[in-house]
Amino acid sequence: MSYLTITDLQKHYDSYHALRGINLTITEGEFVVFVGPSGCGKSTLLRTIAGLESSTGGNIELDGRDITEVASSKRDLAMVFQSYALYPHMTVADNLSFALRLAKVSDAEIKEKVRSVSASLQLDALLERKPKELSGGQRQRVAIGRAIVRQPKVFLFDEPLSNLDAALRVQMRLELARLHKKLGTTMIYVTHDQVEAMTLADRVVILNAGQIEQVGTPLELYRQPNSRFVAEFIGTPKMNLIPANKIVRHEDNLAIDLLGQQIIFPVNRLKGPLPKSAIVGIRPEHMTLVQEGGDLSGRIELVEHLGSEAYAHLQLSSDQTIIIKAPARTALKDGQVVNIKIDMSEVILFNENDRVISVIPEEV
Amino acid sequence: MTLNQQRKLKTILTGLFAWTVALVLFFPIFWMFITSFKTELQAISVPPSLFFEPTLDNFRVVQERSDYIHHAWNSVVTSFGSTIIALIIAIPAAYSMAFFPGKRTKDILLWMLSTKMLPAVGVLVPIYIICRDYGLLDTKTALVIIFTLMNLPIIVWMLFSYFKDLPKEILEAARMDGATPWDEVVKVVLPLSVGAISSTALLSIVLCWNEAFWSLNLTASDAAPLTAMIASYSSPEGLFWAKLSAASTLACAPIVIFGWFCQKQLVQGLTFGAVK
Repeated sequence: MSYLTITDLQKHYDSYHALRGINLTITEGEFVVFVGPSGCGKSTLLRTIAGLESSTGGNIELDGRDITEVASSKRDLAMVFQSYALYPHMTVADNLSFALRLAKVSDAEIKEKVRSVSASLQLDALLERKPKELSGGQRQRVAIGRAIVRQPKVFLFDEPLSNLDAALRVQMRLELARLHKKLGTTMIYVTHDQVEAMTLADRVVILNAGQIEQVGTPLELYRQPNSRFVAEFIGTPKMNLIPANKIVRHEDNLAIDLLGQQIIFPVNRLKGPLPKSAIVGIRPEHMTLVQEGGDLSGRIELVEHLGSEAYAHLQLSSDQTIIIKAPARTALKDGQVVNIKIDMSEVILFNENDRVISVIPEEV
Repeated sequence: MTLNQQRKLKTILTGLFAWTVALVLFFPIFWMFITSFKTELQAISVPPSLFFEPTLDNFRVVQERSDYIHHAWNSVVTSFGSTIIALIIAIPAAYSMAFFPGKRTKDILLWMLSTKMLPAVGVLVPIYIICRDYGLLDTKTALVIIFTLMNLPIIVWMLFSYFKDLPKEILEAARMDGATPWDEVVKVVLPLSVGAISSTALLSIVLCWNEAFWSLNLTASDAAPLTAMIASYSSPEGLFWAKLSAASTLACAPIVIFGWFCQKQLVQGLTFGAVK
């Protein structure tokens, strides 16, 4: 059942159109991540849901109530800010209890709630400290605690981990995932980090230039992107994109010309009419090195060893390099000419407007 | 010269410069202070005498001729009264301009400041007539109103620039926590701005305390503050330097002492407000 419904949401700043008709439904208890490049409108969307920005069109409904024109303070949402935004003049305990005191909750109840939240976030020992006496990770936990203590309808996170160092970020990411499991409260999370999006989300919303590009589970987005934008945005290293200028149909197959080499693509995986040209997308792990035969061949330009795996940069032509995932202790040498086999069931075709024109077969 | 010596020399030179500036600024006050303990004859002697037998005669005469406590009380009421009223008006004004700026906010701020560019004497006649017609001449009410209006632009500017530097997210966090605009100002903005508000208030009090133009023109005796009292010593009968100095010393003393005490509070307040 839909819990938070956003209908045709618009946001204009003078001449700038920041949100261009956002439609989205979120069910109760879901962990939804908004992700996209900077300036895509993800933070604006979150802040509009929070009521910190006013919308210029459309509406937002939460739990059956239209909150489009409701003040932030009355929306029953809690937000964790990138800068933590703790109250510098209050102790940790006062920071945690601020909302409860505003809501005129009884002292005994406040004490109990602060106690239980601070225990679950390991803040017990810090309750009497001021924010400036805390480390980055501790401040982050206080900010999360301040949101939890209120038991809001939805948690909003605005890039909450981006001020932490890499190790702490991974740890806090895990804590957030655990927290969501434990509380089961709806969470909306904004990030520009696709790894955070992939690991935390039940559903990812990819935004681009003020519009939703695609909504789906992390794996759907990874395997079945709607557009070249999504395909490139999700996945590290990026999906390889190779232009194909000649496509010929031979009965049940398409012969696609990739810089002078041909690959065979089943015609029943094509959506719509036969295109004259296309862009072929192949992820690095969907290609394997083979001794003989194979679909493509190229010259190794560089091998990157990551320990657990290796990435070979393969030159197909003077200006087209692709990346292939190789086994950890591969003996590949720079300059070597190799053959590769492509897992054709994972290949995606894009048209000249960067939309997908192929279908990925159902997984067996 | 080694780098270390260069650094030392630099420290000495800056120190020397600072002391020179400080002494130049302090000298007139010092001179006023010692003149107040001279006789009238010593006060005008050339060359001035640095060593003399101090006398408290001037202070006695000043106290006999004019009611110091009366004037001091007027100064206290007008400067503190107008500062409090100005703050009550300026805090919400600066808050809304800093956190909810509109298209015309910059213009409004400039316009407010521009009122300070007009010489006060330009509006003397209309204001005098208004005060006369409403029976406000020689009343503290008139001075409080004038002082409030006089300092309002500066107070709004100072608070505005301080509020503008407060992280917006802290207020947004309060809003998300369920704070009304009133809660936001009282429970978040004000506690974070204690230092800024005190220093602004201090400046306003000093400006009011030292204000002479309106005090002289709008008051006679009942509401005359200390500045008007000093002025009465440059009378048609001639200048009495020693007595004038004594009156000035008496007029300055309270605000200097007040400022001295506040200094510590202010430093504390300013570091307390530090956000990051």
